[in-house]
Amino acid sequence: MSTLPDVSTHVVAGARWRAGEIAFWIVVAACGFLFPSRYLIMTEIVRLALFALSLDLILGYAGIVSLGHAAFFGVGAYSAGLLALHGIISEPVVALVVAGLAAMVLGFFTSFLVIRGVDLTRLMVTLGIALLLEALAERFSDITGGTDGLQGIEMQPILGRFAFDIFGQTGFYYSLIVLFLLFVLARRIVHSPFGLSLRAIRNNPLRAAAIGIPVNRRLVAIYTVSAFYAGVAGALFTQTTALASLDVFSFERSADLMLMLVIGGTGYLYGGLIGAVVFKMLQELFSTITPQYWLFWIGLVLVVIVLVGRARIHRWALWLPNLIIRQFTGRRAVVMVPESDPS
Amino acid sequence: MTSLFTILFDGVAYGMLLFVLACGLAVTLGLMNFVNLAHGAFAMAGGYICAVLVNNSGWPFFAALPLAFVGSGAIGVVLERTLYRHLYARSHLDQVLFSIGLVFMSIAAVDYTMGSSRVFIKLPAALEGQFDVFGVGIGRYRLMIIVICGLLTVALQLILARTRFGSRLRAAVDDPRAAIGLGINVPQVFAFTFAFGCGLAGLGGALSAEILGLDPYFPLKFMIYFLIVVTVGGSSSITGPFLASLLLGIGDVAGKYYVPKMGPFVIYTIMIVILIWRPNGLFGRTAAR
Repeated sequence: MSTLPDVSTHVVAGARWRAGEIAFWIVVAACGFLFPSRYLIMTEIVRLALFALSLDLILGYAGIVSLGHAAFFGVGAYSAGLLALHGIISEPVVALVVAGLAAMVLGFFTSFLVIRGVDLTRLMVTLGIALLLEALAERFSDITGGTDGLQGIEMQPILGRFAFDIFGQTGFYYSLIVLFLLFVLARRIVHSPFGLSLRAIRNNPLRAAAIGIPVNRRLVAIYTVSAFYAGVAGALFTQTTALASLDVFSFERSADLMLMLVIGGTGYLYGGLIGAVVFKMLQELFSTITPQYWLFWIGLVLVVIVLVGRARIHRWALWLPNLIIRQFTGRRAVVMVPESDPS
Repeated sequence: MTSLFTILFDGVAYGMLLFVLACGLAVTLGLMNFVNLAHGAFAMAGGYICAVLVNNSGWPFFAALPLAFVGSGAIGVVLERTLYRHLYARSHLDQVLFSIGLVFMSIAAVDYTMGSSRVFIKLPAALEGQFDVFGVGIGRYRLMIIVICGLLTVALQLILARTRFGSRLRAAVDDPRAAIGLGINVPQVFAFTFAFGCGLAGLGGALSAEILGLDPYFPLKFMIYFLIVVTVGGSSSITGPFLASLLLGIGDVAGKYYVPKMGPFVIYTIMIVILIWRPNGLFGRTAAR
């Protein structure tokens, strides 16, 4: 019993907001004022960041490799689109939550399939579920609009007051607030004892089970939460672009997501956010150089990252910031390389 | 009744083709435990080599097929020696990311050099059309595929079971450390097997241009099919993937014929159910590796 206070002080100390984190969010908020002509692309980044955050919850904290996370994104996107199109729930915030819950229900039921078996089976099952949903969406084209997608979605003002404008200003702040709230929630989750137990499972499921952690129930829980996040990201996609088409389920979306998270690093929540920014900038850069063949460069980035080694790249990227911080404060950097990568 | 036999025949041809395409992956993924999502890229390479030789250089189709095998095998051995071998010991996540990167690069590279539209290979006149056997329409091209792939399967089985190389490979896969101790050059065996599997994929790619269609997105479109063959078939022998390919081929053709609207739905559902029921595959070993 004597170790309990130590554990709780450790957890509380880890959960404290650091100066670097607060600075990060201030910079993010400032972007809205600094680049008023870039709302659309910044909205996309925010959306991708939320999506990457949801993958980080299962990949970085629970070690589940998923190739089909677009399934939940797609369910969220179509739910939000259908709710708005048929005027069932016209208020965007409520629709957002409902769409997230729809993805969450799917996540809950598919989690039982995913937690069975080893990595390879998980890859196949997650990929299969995304493909299955894509095939379903194509099959029931009278509901989903098939390859044309849902058309004619008209969004009502948020909370009845803030209407979506053509420059995407409302959409940007709306997405950013959603991202921030969900980020704070995710931060709370991963720094709770529940989050600690997830990390134990990631590092060694057998040992975690031996010290009394209900492994399967924890995995089901975090997978369900992650599905909710992905669903909300999908719903944001539909609400801010007034569009939902079959490609929300596509494999490329899941693969891009992986790339984002890998660029940013897994297991410390900010990885998805940073990765989304870098990914989007890379994509813009490559598509201005070679509009048609940017896929090649994205592929090259992936290959290089893996060959050089993810941990090593993050050490290089953090060398300069760490040096500066050490000069000023005389202690170690705020953002560090996550302890260990899931295998 | 006749349509039933035609479906069966087409399904078997399709399944045999899938087997030749995927059996290299059965070794890398099933035996060496390397998640290689880029296997389809080697098949695509073979298909394009064959297409260029036949359409642009005027080679006869049957002379271009071995070249497709050799070409893909050569690309395979180069990539294995330079890139893949560094990743054998890495996590599955790294392997997935790496091979997705390769797939993306191959798609863009082929799109850049060959154009994005579908490529057709000019077939010799002898392979076109079909003839009737007891009222069942038999396509000549599909019959040739069944013959070639059938012979290959028998040859593979013999190589694995009867030759010295086969026993070396099985030893290297079962226990690499013990195999090294016995003086078997394990990396060499793996490299050769990898290249051979890529070569087979290239041959399959050349043969499948007519049936599956050949365009830059080939590796992504059929990735899931290759993975299904290997995961459903299990990894204990090549019989498992072979039966799984036949099952998949017949199931897919029959599904498209009888319930065209459901599309690939049937296949994915069957795959998920089988994987939930037997995570190690239908014909897999019982112990987890």
